[in-house]
Amino acid sequence: MPRLPLPPPSRRRRNLAVALRPNQQNDPKQPTRTRSSDRRAGAVRRRGVQLLAGAAVLGLVVGLSGCGKADPYYSGGSKTVTITVPAWAGAEANVAVAKHLLEKKLGYRVKATQMDEPVAFDALNSGQADAIMEDWLGVPNKEKKYVEEKKTVVNAGHMGVTGHIGWFVPKYYAEKHPEVLDWRNLNKFAKDFRTPESGDKGQLLEGSPSFSTHDAAIIKNLDLNFKTVYAGSEAAQIKEMRKKYEDREPFLTYWWTPQWLNSELDLVEVKLPKRTPGCDADPEKVDCAYPYTKLTKFMNARFAKNGGDAAEFLKKFKWSTAQQTEVVEWMTIDQMDTDEAAAKWVEENEETWKKWMP
Amino acid sequence: MSAPALEKRGTPAQPRAGATAGGPGGGPGRPRGPLAALGSRPRLLALGVAVLVAVVTAAVLDGGTWPTALVYDIQTRLDQVSDWLTDNRDRHWIFLYVLLHVSNFATGTVDQLYLVLSDIGWIGVTALATLLSWYVAGAGLTRRSLRVAALTVFTFAVCGLLSLWDYALATLSLMLLAVTVSAVIGLLLGLLSGLSNTCERVLRPVFDSMQVMPAFAYLLPLVLLFGIGAPAALVATVIYAAPPMARLTSLGLRGADPAALEASVSLGSGRVQRLLTARLPLARKEMLLGLNQTIMMALSMVVLASMIGAGGLGDKVYQGLSKDSFGIAFIAGTAIVLIAIWLDRVTSAAGEQLDAPARTTGSGFARACARLRGWPAWSGFLALALLAYLTGPLFGQRFWPPEWTVRISAPISSGVEWLTGKIGSDVPVLGGTDTWANNFTLWVLNPMRDGLQETPWWAALLVVAALALVGGSWRAGLTGVLSLSVIGAMGLWEKSMDTLSQVLVALVFTLVLGVLIGILGARFDRLMRVIRPVLDVMQTMPQFVYLVPVVALAGVGRPAAICAAVVYALPAVVRITAQGLAQVDTAALEASRSLGATGIQQLRQVQLPLARRSLLLAVNQGVVLVLAIVVIGGLVGGGALGYDVVYGLQKSDLGVGLSAGVAILCLGLLLDRLTQSAGTRQTGSGRN
Repeated sequence: MPRLPLPPPSRRRRNLAVALRPNQQNDPKQPTRTRSSDRRAGAVRRRGVQLLAGAAVLGLVVGLSGCGKADPYYSGGSKTVTITVPAWAGAEANVAVAKHLLEKKLGYRVKATQMDEPVAFDALNSGQADAIMEDWLGVPNKEKKYVEEKKTVVNAGHMGVTGHIGWFVPKYYAEKHPEVLDWRNLNKFAKDFRTPESGDKGQLLEGSPSFSTHDAAIIKNLDLNFKTVYAGSEAAQIKEMRKKYEDREPFLTYWWTPQWLNSELDLVEVKLPKRTPGCDADPEKVDCAYPYTKLTKFMNARFAKNGGDAAEFLKKFKWSTAQQTEVVEWMTIDQMDTDEAAAKWVEENEETWKKWMP
Repeated sequence: MSAPALEKRGTPAQPRAGATAGGPGGGPGRPRGPLAALGSRPRLLALGVAVLVAVVTAAVLDGGTWPTALVYDIQTRLDQVSDWLTDNRDRHWIFLYVLLHVSNFATGTVDQLYLVLSDIGWIGVTALATLLSWYVAGAGLTRRSLRVAALTVFTFAVCGLLSLWDYALATLSLMLLAVTVSAVIGLLLGLLSGLSNTCERVLRPVFDSMQVMPAFAYLLPLVLLFGIGAPAALVATVIYAAPPMARLTSLGLRGADPAALEASVSLGSGRVQRLLTARLPLARKEMLLGLNQTIMMALSMVVLASMIGAGGLGDKVYQGLSKDSFGIAFIAGTAIVLIAIWLDRVTSAAGEQLDAPARTTGSGFARACARLRGWPAWSGFLALALLAYLTGPLFGQRFWPPEWTVRISAPISSGVEWLTGKIGSDVPVLGGTDTWANNFTLWVLNPMRDGLQETPWWAALLVVAALALVGGSWRAGLTGVLSLSVIGAMGLWEKSMDTLSQVLVALVFTLVLGVLIGILGARFDRLMRVIRPVLDVMQTMPQFVYLVPVVALAGVGRPAAICAAVVYALPAVVRITAQGLAQVDTAALEASRSLGATGIQQLRQVQLPLARRSLLLAVNQGVVLVLAIVVIGGLVGGGALGYDVVYGLQKSDLGVGLSAGVAILCLGLLLDRLTQSAGTRQTGSGRN
């Protein structure tokens, strides 16, 4: 990002000349022009010519390759698996363990790339990524387009954990005001949740903009006097929640299970209207609670077919909520490096991952 | 931070009024009254009237948003474009024959480079890099070349020790490609604008906007066109990093010694021959400087590139942000800074090398080195690299051995956490930074935002036009008014005003602090010597690194974004101010001193007026930098346009993301042109 936008060339030049050339003046050998320096000037001249020639050749190569038809599903070298990493710790743990096993036991190179759900689906479609390890089914339109219509992405089975999203308040607050747990009464308590950021409305704390959420629509369709405020990431959201929790302040937050923090903070879910079939079909018109979702793996269709051992392994990958949470707690509470945590888990749980091996 | 400055900005209209008072008419010691001063300057009067109208109408009328009748629903249109792009990715010729070639080339090359580098192994890579740096920096036993070589070893060792080897390799492979492509494109564009005046006129504004645009804003369309990962990162980096190469090449070509050119003509060389044998070689110093700048710019894109899946060290910084771990972000940031310093030293040493005489005397070793310069040495390197690539796997160690690493990220994180916990809240009397942040939002940011949003749109346009007029350029006014209108027409008026309020507040802080430190730095040499390296590092450190501790201190929200922006933009402002003051004519200073002026008087009446050009440049730089990071503040609850761009990127929603991106560009253009026009008028020269 902009470091020094637009330094006027002349000024910048002077700066550098001053700053970066301390030794020049006290060089005893005067730069008199000798024959050998002439020879060097000649070499530079030749170099200039060669530089231009090189550029021309490069241009020619690019131009020629432009004549052919490109492979729209090109994904770099072979024996390399690209797995997308979304922005929450649980999913990171999946990828870390899978990466460790693929690299150490199966001899693959794994590129773990930070990518959020919708982008990851696009990348699976184009072949730039091979697999998603934990999807919350938050982009039904893309899923439909790629899995059912274009058939470029395939469903690779459940990864063993069931997830649920909802609105939560801390237990100390719910005990004081039990009515808050029904959405119909939320407006009565809105003033308790006010913050400078939310102004005269109650604040509904959100995590990363990338998370699957219908909260803005739900607030609008249920006529709630609340406003979503994004912390920006899972960690920032947690920090905000912890701070409020310590001070016993009320807060309302978008939250989900399984979540490693739930063992530390006691949170209670607010009941949103019951789900009816199709109540969340149109993202603009959602007015009901979030479902319980079996978290799912997706793969690029070509990779699923030709991916060999790696694809087999990823299809079989399945573990329990407890196992995932264990790794996540090492990563978050114990501040262990992600790769180290994965290595530790692999070392201790051989009978589990043995079953995933092709 | 200074409370009085805050109080002054309490109401939305006053910053502008303040700007008027501090403007050209308000110099101290003028005998005329303020009204007379205004009367004699019709442009200032116009500004005053415009501001007055804005304030009154904002107070009287309610709701100043752009009328919905004038809003064009661009988001739906963009969503259609986005759908078309994804649907036709594997069908349409523009993808099959053009865009996909670019992206496959980028993906393949970066992948291949990474594989080659990791095959060479950590010993080989370090050794080759050291040898190469040593050679480029003079290839002798001089202090300079040895120092550069030592710096190289140090940089790579630190990357290894911090267990960032793998990430550093990924970053290096992307950088190798990105810098090469940027340099080639920059060179070609530079040739064009250096050789033809028409091209120069056309290209100059293009370069300007390429660099002023916050890259954040145009990442999303690049992702859709070229695909996530290396391709989009490559294109974004080239857009940002090619202009300095082009500018400096052009400058070098134009600045060539006429005598040398004349000699070349008189020897009967033709146009092409003259270019190749005289003009280009004479411009090679500028070209090297351009390369240096290009590398620095490219490195500053590393973190942003990781937001679109390019991986590498930037990914680590971004991870640190999303895990809220300052340690992770900081060590990865340190690695980036080290790589930047290393490459900077190598390229500038190469530049100095051009000045140095060829060594025909000296020790036998130096002579031997000198004899090997040129193609023998380069082919030697190639052979060595090949050898290392072939034999590397035999040694087994592809990456830095894990047992030779130190883990310092966790202690750094907990240290910072402890510190922020201490001063974050419950400090007796003062209340802690968290409380300040809340009050700041309530009493400064909210009124400011509401004020801007209440100001009727036409009054805002009026003020912008009047401001530009005072700056002396109707063109800037036109640009400003047009930019604002585009924002309005996209239906993003309110959000943009929110972002604008954050930018203005951050700018005020940056300028007050920056000018203050700059003045102190110019006055006390020792202070400057202490803070200069700090400023260097602050400026090279990826701005994302600052977001983590700032969130801990100020909580989630706009104050955090503003703090980060101030920290990020401060070094440039301090540096320019200090430099401007230091360059003030010593004779003038001496004269004022002999007339008995005190230190403060000297500063106010001699130094500051004479350094006005630098101060205005500082404002301009400050604006651009602040805007860039306030937008990134969308990642930490800054909301408004920044949030929309982040949302667009993460959800690949072109409608939301691109329109917010365009709005940011418009704001950037508006602010840049306004501050720039003031700068050019004051000095009669400068950038146009």
